[in-house]
Amino acid sequence: MQNNSSYERYQRQMILPGFGEKGQQQLIAASVLVIGAGGLGCPALQYLAAAGVGTIGIVDGDTVSLDNLHRQVLFSTNDIGKNKAVTAATHLKKINPEITITSFPEYATTENLLTLLSSFDIIIDGTDNFATRYMINDACVLMKKVLVYGAVSRFEGQVAVFNYSLEKEEQSSNYRDLFPEPPKENEILNCADAGVLGVLPGMIGSMQASETIKLITGLGTSLINQLLTYNILTNQLYTLRITARKDTALLIPQTEEAFRKTDYAWLCTSPVPVNEIDAYAFDQLIQQDNIDVVDVRELHETPIVDEFQHHNIPLVKIKTEYGQLKNDTVVVFCQSGKRSQQAVQLLSEQLGNAKTMYSLQGGIVAWKNFRQKK
Amino acid sequence: MKMKILLFGQLAETVGSKELEVEGRVDTASLIAELHQQFPALAQSKYVIAVNQEMIAGNTILSENSIVALLPPFSGG
Repeated sequence: MQNNSSYERYQRQMILPGFGEKGQQQLIAASVLVIGAGGLGCPALQYLAAAGVGTIGIVDGDTVSLDNLHRQVLFSTNDIGKNKAVTAATHLKKINPEITITSFPEYATTENLLTLLSSFDIIIDGTDNFATRYMINDACVLMKKVLVYGAVSRFEGQVAVFNYSLEKEEQSSNYRDLFPEPPKENEILNCADAGVLGVLPGMIGSMQASETIKLITGLGTSLINQLLTYNILTNQLYTLRITARKDTALLIPQTEEAFRKTDYAWLCTSPVPVNEIDAYAFDQLIQQDNIDVVDVRELHETPIVDEFQHHNIPLVKIKTEYGQLKNDTVVVFCQSGKRSQQAVQLLSEQLGNAKTMYSLQGGIVAWKNFRQKK
Repeated sequence: MKMKILLFGQLAETVGSKELEVEGRVDTASLIAELHQQFPALAQSKYVIAVNQEMIAGNTILSENSIVALLPPFSGG
């Protein structure tokens, strides 16, 4: 223990049978990386920081939006528009200034993930799309990192601990044993489409934190090789034992190089029909302030649009510059409605269905005509 | 021979119930084939099958009072 105040801070958990000063020292010595500071990540981070996990990393490239706040309880209204990883770190340092918290204000990618994982003992998956979940799973298998998985859908949540004994070269199950191949993003609804009661990720994220604390301290039994499902409406719990499979192991990239070359977004993308909207719907949408409108024409193209606020991101740059889109709804337009369709496809590849995206049918020309007639 | 089928997540909506009772199915393959016939949308869904809380990867013999669970993947967070 560093000092008396540390002792006092952790006293209520240290007096627990089986925990003690030893358990606290184990927490202080541990490092946990939380990927996704959202509905699951926020509660997990709050409890891990408060419990005194000595080193915590937070990965998230997203920014706080108003429709996050009902479940991402670490953030306040003042945080809207700010990066989640950085903002979470600021709040957590107030909760516990005695621990080291590092924020990585970026999305997990095949480029950065292996490096990010390498300096942490336990990884928590708090992400919200299959592309990233499969990428994290595979990276953790490759790096032999324990992965505490959590996910929610409407009124149900899942928790599991993967790769527990990989380090000991023993068989250990992972997400691919349950679901070998990623579903296409449009097969399964995400929170934005399906809705979620804020308290559910709160519970599942808290369970991820408690599983993590149990793994670190050796308390109790963890959900190793088990998947727990909780239903918030019926309070029913269901646990199943997972068997490690040889056939699914082959689906995971076998080398770091192969991992870096895997296109996870593509694995989850089926040729989704792009949502097209007409000039009338577009006219309604641009009057809302919680959307991003994007002009994907080249900067010199006319007609010039000065009737409403929008981003100018030419189609060729959309894959690298989509980071400036902060809202959950994105409306893309171009001259005639073709490039905007392509842009929505490209954005879907990058973002899965994290955002709702529309393409303006007939392009800005159609809207200008509509306005003239109006 | 009676057995229970538990459906999770969207699968419960597909089938219209969280729980079904069936009779006389000898193994998971025939049970699933019948479910797919009865609920074609189920055949389009991804899920893992567990018998008596044990994940199964291949066809599995069922017995009296077996509980078969179908669980879809969740992505939300």
